Amino acid sequence: MPLIAWLLVILLMVLHQDWWLWQDNTILFGFIPIGLAWHMGISVAAALLWAHICYWHWPKELDEVESMVDDERTADGSMMETRR
Amino acid sequence: MNDAQIRISVIAGYLVALLGVGYAASLFGRGTRKDYLLASHSVGPVLLLLCMFGTTMTAFAMVGSSAEAYKKGIGIYGLMASSSGILHSLCVFLIGTRLWKLGKQYGYTTQIQFFQDRLDSRLVGWVLFPVLVGLIIPYMLIGVIGAGLSIQGMTAGAFPDWDLFNSARPSLDGGVPPWMGTLAVCVVVLAYVFLGGMRGTTWANAGQTLLFMALGLVAFYMLAMKIGNGGDFWTSLKNTMSDVNKDLLTRENFSHISFLTYLLIPLSLGMFPHLFQHWLTAKSAKSFRLAIIMHPIFIMLVWVPCIYIGVWGTVVELPAAVQANPNLVLPWLVQTRLSPLVAGLLTAGILAAIMSSLDSQILCVGTMFAGDVIGGTAAGKRLSDQQQMWVARIFVVVVMAATWVISIALIENTSVFGLAIWCFTGFSGLFPLVFAALYWRRLTAAGALSAVLTMAASWGFLFYKSGWGAIQDYSCRVTPFGFQVDIEPVAVVFVATTLSMVLTSLLTKAPDSRRLERFFPAKVAVSR
Repeated sequence: MPLIAWLLVILLMVLHQDWWLWQDNTILFGFIPIGLAWHMGISVAAALLWAHICYWHWPKELDEVESMVDDERTADGSMMETRR
Repeated sequence: MNDAQIRISVIAGYLVALLGVGYAASLFGRGTRKDYLLASHSVGPVLLLLCMFGTTMTAFAMVGSSAEAYKKGIGIYGLMASSSGILHSLCVFLIGTRLWKLGKQYGYTTQIQFFQDRLDSRLVGWVLFPVLVGLIIPYMLIGVIGAGLSIQGMTAGAFPDWDLFNSARPSLDGGVPPWMGTLAVCVVVLAYVFLGGMRGTTWANAGQTLLFMALGLVAFYMLAMKIGNGGDFWTSLKNTMSDVNKDLLTRENFSHISFLTYLLIPLSLGMFPHLFQHWLTAKSAKSFRLAIIMHPIFIMLVWVPCIYIGVWGTVVELPAAVQANPNLVLPWLVQTRLSPLVAGLLTAGILAAIMSSLDSQILCVGTMFAGDVIGGTAAGKRLSDQQQMWVARIFVVVVMAATWVISIALIENTSVFGLAIWCFTGFSGLFPLVFAALYWRRLTAAGALSAVLTMAASWGFLFYKSGWGAIQDYSCRVTPFGFQVDIEPVAVVFVATTLSMVLTSLLTKAPDSRRLERFFPAKVAVSR
């Protein structure tokens, strides 16, 4: 995972600490406590961040190794279990 | 038929349906050990997402979260759910995909086989096995206890004249006693896992995950309408929150340091042995993408309704039995506020969350015992695949029976949430080991052994100091630079394990370079 992706994950974990909302009992729209709303936002941001990482920083070696394994299986007709 | 009897019928119907899923999966099985244990690596993105999520969420997510929200307020979501959204996905990305790759290359079926091969040491496996089983039993207990309490709470009043169904607490009289409800759940899970193996588990998990997510949202909507009583949904929702104690809308009941150190808890997912087995079922590396992306959203969809329902428990009048055991808040509100048919379905939803974890756990425990313990002996090597599977099944029955007996002893006074945190603390303590095995060439077998033993010793010591979990919110007091702070046990266990693993590895002979090449291939060679 590249440095920028690590930095974004760490940023999200810092934002997760939200000490500035610790004692805030404001209720947004009459039903969402502000602290809960913030953390729901963190959940959505996490999904977006992981979507970014999965599509822009996906480790190519995973797919390449997968095709290598498939090729070898096709060649010798067996699992690589025997190598162990 | 009274309302409670309708609820029992719905629950019983659901359990029978699960048996049908196990039977159907057995018809599609290929009869091989690999198919039974790993569904022949055939699981695509959607099934993988549903299975991984269903396996991760248990009674902890539904019964435990609502109980903790009832006691401490909405801060529980940040403490466990939003942090898990970030870190569970991180674990799957960094650990799950790598283990899948190695599992596919070298044919592993269990976590222990990976560690033994990576560290060239059978001893590591022998030491790790009892520790993993010792941690998985409390994890199974969380589910079994949650199931027993939910079934009793939901069926109260069904058979008030039957002595067998009497309870010391009048509000639970006539309900299925916990020993019977937990026994039914254990037997059904055993049956469909035995019938369908990993394929049955995968299908049942996927269906159960959809069920508990949908029914959690339905419960949220219907309870808001009933408790808020405002005519329309939004007005009702606003009404439910107007009387809530302001402290429960903040994190007054949490310390900053505790909130910070809880970030280590979700890392436990990286060492769940049952999740390792699910990872190996993936058809391709890309199958993981959907699970990594959607996991935070799915957590939100399950946890937010449960948090609200727990907080609503503080604005309605609860009987003494429920106040004494907040694990009953969700079942009690559903039972008393909703129609018997809906309440029965919602109980099925809670059981779905619980059983979708239990099935994977017992399948994995059996696989490890048959493959790694018995399979490693001279006698075990002579066993056929079928015989190994039967050994696994017998061991699973023994473990399930032990879990059931312990659950009956603990069910009255145990916090599902508290027990879960101790269990996750142990698995989080082992996270440095799996991370180092995948990303640190210098890790040695001695370092790994040291890590496992340090985790077991530090975890056991702190668990003992907490009165075996009896002291709720137990924390460790440390005084760095004269400042007194209380940190969660997970931080102590995590740091102790990491230090012991790193120091021992550096002090012992480096691993054989030829073996390392199999796990850390040169980048050029991999990219061809």
